[in-house]
Amino acid sequence: MAIPGGRVMPREDRLKPPEWPGGRSGAPHGAFSVIGKRNRKIEGLAKVTGRAIYADDIALPRMLHAKIKRSIHAHARILSIDARDALAMPGVHAVITGRDLPEYFGIIPWTQDEQALCEEKARYVGDAIAAVAADSEYLADEALSRIRVEYEPLPAVTGIDEALAHPEWRVNEKSAEGNLSKHVHLEFGDVDGELGRSDVVIEAEYWYEGSTHAPIEPHCCVADFDATGFLTLYSSTQVAHYLHRDLARVLGLPPQRIRVIQPVVGGAFGGKSEPFSLEFCAARLSMTTGRPVKILYTREEVFYAHRGRHPMRLSYRTGIRRDGTLTGVDARILIDGGAYSSFGLVTTYYSGQLLTAPYRMGAYRFDSTRVFTNKPCCGPKRGHGSVQPRFAFECQIDKLAEAIGRDPIEVRRANFLGENTRTVNGMRVTSNGFLECLEAVENASGWKQKFRRLPYGRGVGVAGSMYISGTNYCIYPNEMPQSGVQIKLDRSGRATVFCGASDIGQGSDSVLAYVVAEELGLDLGDIRVVAADTDLTPVDLGSYSSRETFMVGNACLDAARKLRLLIQQALSERWGCGRDEITLAAGVACSIRDPGRECMSVREAFQVAEARHGTLGSVGWYQSPKLGGDYRGGTIGASPAYSFTAHVAEVDCDLETGFVRVKTLWVAHDCGRALNPVTVEGQMEGSAYMGFAEALMEEQVFKPGTPAHGAGLHHGPSLLDYRIPTSLDTPELHSIIIESIDPEGPYGAKEAGEGPLHPSVPAIANAIYDAIGIRCDALPFHPPRILRQLRSGDPRAAWERARAGVPAGR
Amino acid sequence: MREPSIDAAGTALEPALCRLQVNGETRTCAIPPNTTLLDALRYELGLTGSKQGCDKGDCGACTVVVDDQPVLACISLAFACQGREIVTIEGVAESGRPHPLQDELDLCGGAQCGFCTPGILMSAWALLRANPRPKREEIAHALSGNLCRCTGYTKIFEAVERAAARLPERS
Repeated sequence: MAIPGGRVMPREDRLKPPEWPGGRSGAPHGAFSVIGKRNRKIEGLAKVTGRAIYADDIALPRMLHAKIKRSIHAHARILSIDARDALAMPGVHAVITGRDLPEYFGIIPWTQDEQALCEEKARYVGDAIAAVAADSEYLADEALSRIRVEYEPLPAVTGIDEALAHPEWRVNEKSAEGNLSKHVHLEFGDVDGELGRSDVVIEAEYWYEGSTHAPIEPHCCVADFDATGFLTLYSSTQVAHYLHRDLARVLGLPPQRIRVIQPVVGGAFGGKSEPFSLEFCAARLSMTTGRPVKILYTREEVFYAHRGRHPMRLSYRTGIRRDGTLTGVDARILIDGGAYSSFGLVTTYYSGQLLTAPYRMGAYRFDSTRVFTNKPCCGPKRGHGSVQPRFAFECQIDKLAEAIGRDPIEVRRANFLGENTRTVNGMRVTSNGFLECLEAVENASGWKQKFRRLPYGRGVGVAGSMYISGTNYCIYPNEMPQSGVQIKLDRSGRATVFCGASDIGQGSDSVLAYVVAEELGLDLGDIRVVAADTDLTPVDLGSYSSRETFMVGNACLDAARKLRLLIQQALSERWGCGRDEITLAAGVACSIRDPGRECMSVREAFQVAEARHGTLGSVGWYQSPKLGGDYRGGTIGASPAYSFTAHVAEVDCDLETGFVRVKTLWVAHDCGRALNPVTVEGQMEGSAYMGFAEALMEEQVFKPGTPAHGAGLHHGPSLLDYRIPTSLDTPELHSIIIESIDPEGPYGAKEAGEGPLHPSVPAIANAIYDAIGIRCDALPFHPPRILRQLRSGDPRAAWERARAGVPAGR
Repeated sequence: MREPSIDAAGTALEPALCRLQVNGETRTCAIPPNTTLLDALRYELGLTGSKQGCDKGDCGACTVVVDDQPVLACISLAFACQGREIVTIEGVAESGRPHPLQDELDLCGGAQCGFCTPGILMSAWALLRANPRPKREEIAHALSGNLCRCTGYTKIFEAVERAAARLPERS
C-alpha cells in the first residue's frame, strides 16, 4: 500500500492534479442535483433480478474445469509427485505442478515469496501443490485423488511464541532471519519522559483473534489463452491492475498480451486484493490445453486462501494527566502472519502508524514484529492492520478515563486532534468531524442517562477511530497517476465512462456515474460505466485502502469538468454569453441569462460541442500530493484525507450463560460529503456488523502444534462451523452521517467503507465493562471467556467501584 | 458445466431425462441422478441467478422456492423436484417489471455485492406470500438461513417492510 521508507521517496516534481476554480467540493451550478441524493446504484436492478454476471456465471465454449491438490500437512517437504494415474483418466487433459509455475510472486514487490504451486515445501494445511484440468469439475476432483504426493513432514509452527522460539523451524525461506517477516520500530517524541510526567499510567496486554472475510462469493476465474498467444482472464478480483502485472511475471507473457476482466464481484472485504493460485493455474492450464479453463474455489478453499485479519498480541503503556490530557503511548505488537508475506510489510507499519488520530498524544512509540507460521496467510481485511491496535487503545482510554474519574466521551473530546493539523508521526490531517461524531452518538444513544446508570448486566460503551481515504502511494514505486478515467460523449446524448476502478458492491461504478451526471446534467440511466477491464479502461489501482471514492471520484470529476468546459464554450459562442452563464442540469443546457430562449437538451448541446470541437472525449486522473513523515516508513499511513468515526454500543449480558447480546450500535461517521447517503449508510452498517462479528463470534483458529495429531488444521473451514452473524444475531444498527466536507475530496467526499468497523469492537468491550465489571482484553467475547471471568475475582465489586468513580451529576 | 458424471467410486453415471417446472415453464435436461437442483438450474437451464456460496446448505445464496417453500437448491436433488413448482429469482419479476421486493431492495440499498440477494429475495418472497404483513422479528426469522456479509441486514429488513406495504394484504 505504500513505498517502504528509505527505498524510493516520491519525487518533488510529481504530477499535480489540475486545480479547478472554486475547488473540488462545490456543486457545478450552485446546488447539487444528483450528489447527496438517495439514488439507486447503477447495477442495482441487475443484481436484484438475477441478471448480474459473476465469474462463475461465465461459461465459454469447450471450457475445462480445474481443481487444485492441496497439502494435508502444515509443514512438509515435497519429495515427489506422481500424476500418471490421474493423467491416464479419460477426460483429464493436463496436470501441472510447481515446476510449471516456478516464478515467485507477491503483492509487495520487496516480499515476493509465494509460488502458485509449491515446488519444494508446503507451508500450511491447504497449500497448493498441483492442479488438474478435466472435462468436468467432478472428474477433476476424482483425478486429484489419484495424484500421489510423497511428503517428509517437518515441525509445524502454529503460533507466535513457537515462531520466535524456534527460528530453526523455518517456515518461509525468503525471510531475512528465522521466522521474522517484518520488524518496525518507530518513536516520535520523548515517550518515557511523557509517561514519567503522567498522573496515571496503565499497562495491559490484549489479544486480537484472527478472522476471515468470508465473502459469500467464493473466488472464481476463467482463463482463455487463444491461438494468437493472447490471454484473457475473468476473475473475481478487487485489484485487476496488480493481477495483470503478476500474471505477466509468473506466466512469462508480455503484459500487453494479457487482458484482465473483473466481472461483478460477490463481496471481497480485502480478501480478493492480491493474486491467488487459481488465477495462475487456470491461465497455465489454458496455455497447456489451448482451451478455456475455469477454477471455482470450494468454500473450504476460500478459508485457506484467507488473507484475513492478523492475530495480534498487543501490549500498551498509556499515560494520562488528571486534567485528562493523554501523554505517552508505548506499544509492543506481535503479529501472526501465517505462511507468506502478502501485505505483511504494510500491516506491520499500519499496526502502529494509523493510531495517531483522532486524539493528540504527547509522544508515541511502537515496536511491531510480524512472524511466519504454518497457517494460511493473513493479509488485509477491512480496516487493514489498524483494527487490532484500535481495539487495544480505545480500551486503554476507557481504563484511563475511569482511573481519573472522568466520562470517557469527555476524555476523548479533551484530546481531540483538531483539523488542518499534523499527527505526532507527521501525517497531515485536513477535515476532521470527530467531535460531531462523538456528540451524535452521545445524544442518539442517550449516553448521559445510561453510562454507569444501567442495572447490573446492562451497559454502554464508547470508542472512536480514524481511517485513511486511500493510501498516498502505489504499491510499486512509480510517478504515474493512481487513478485514471476516460469519458466518451455520444451524439445520442449518452456518456460512457471508462475506469479501472473495482466495484465490489460498495458502489464505485455508481460514484463514477453520479459525478458525470452531476457535471453534465445527464440522467443516471444515460450513463454507462465500463470498469475494471485492462483492455478498455485506464489504470486505477483497485479497491483497497478505501481509495475508490476519493481517488476515482477525483479523476472522474477532472474528466467530466473538462467536457463540461468544452460544451459551455461551444454554447457560449452560439448564444454570445459568458461560459460561466451556461448550466447543464436535469437533461437541459441553458444560459442563466435567458433560459427561456437560450435553451436546448443536453443531447443537442453535445452535438453543438462536437461540431465545434470535433469528436468528444476526455481523460481525467488523480495523483495525491506528496505527503508523509520525513523518516523511513513515513509514507506508510499517509493519505490525502482521513475519515473519523465514533460508536456507542449497548449490551445486555446474561450472567448465567456468559452470553453477551449487543442490542444496539450507534455509528456516527465523518465521510466528508456523502455522495449517496444510502450507500454510505450501507458501508457504515456493514462495517459495524463486521466489527460486531469479530468482537463476539468469529475465530479463524487452528489446531496447535503440540505432538497431537493434525497440527495446523483449520478448526472448521465452513460457514456452519465458522460462525458469521445471521439476521437474528445482528444488533440494531443506527447510522448517522457526519459531513465535514474535505477540501480535496470529490465534492468534499472521504471514505466510508472501512473506518466505521474500527470502534465496534472496543465500544462493545467497554460496554461489557459498564454492564458487568469485567474487562474484555481478548477476542472474541464469547460465553466461555465471559463466564470464566465472571467466576474469577469479584466483577460486581469492580462494577460498583466504577459507578462510584464517576462524579455525581453526570 | 459441472457434469457430475461419476459417482464416489469413480463409476460413470448415465444421464437421464429430468423434467422440471421452473418459473411457469416446463424445462427438460439430461443429467446424472446425483445432480443437485442448483447445478441443474445454473449449468443446464441457464438460470444463473441462483448462486452457489458454499455448496453444502450453510449460506442460503442458492435458495429457490419449491411448492411455496424456500428450499436450499445446493442440497436438493434435481430429480426429487420433478412435478413440483419451482420459482427462481428469474421468475419473480412480472411482465418484465421488477417485483416490489426487487424494487425496494434496490432503492433501500439492500443489495451491495448482490451475491446473497437472490437467496434473500426468494426467502422474503415466500414469506410475503404466506404472511403479507410480517413484523420485523418475523422477517429476521424468515431470513435467518440467508447469510449476508455486506449489509448488516438493516436495509434488507427495511426493503421487505416497504415491499409488503406496496403489496395487497391478501395474495
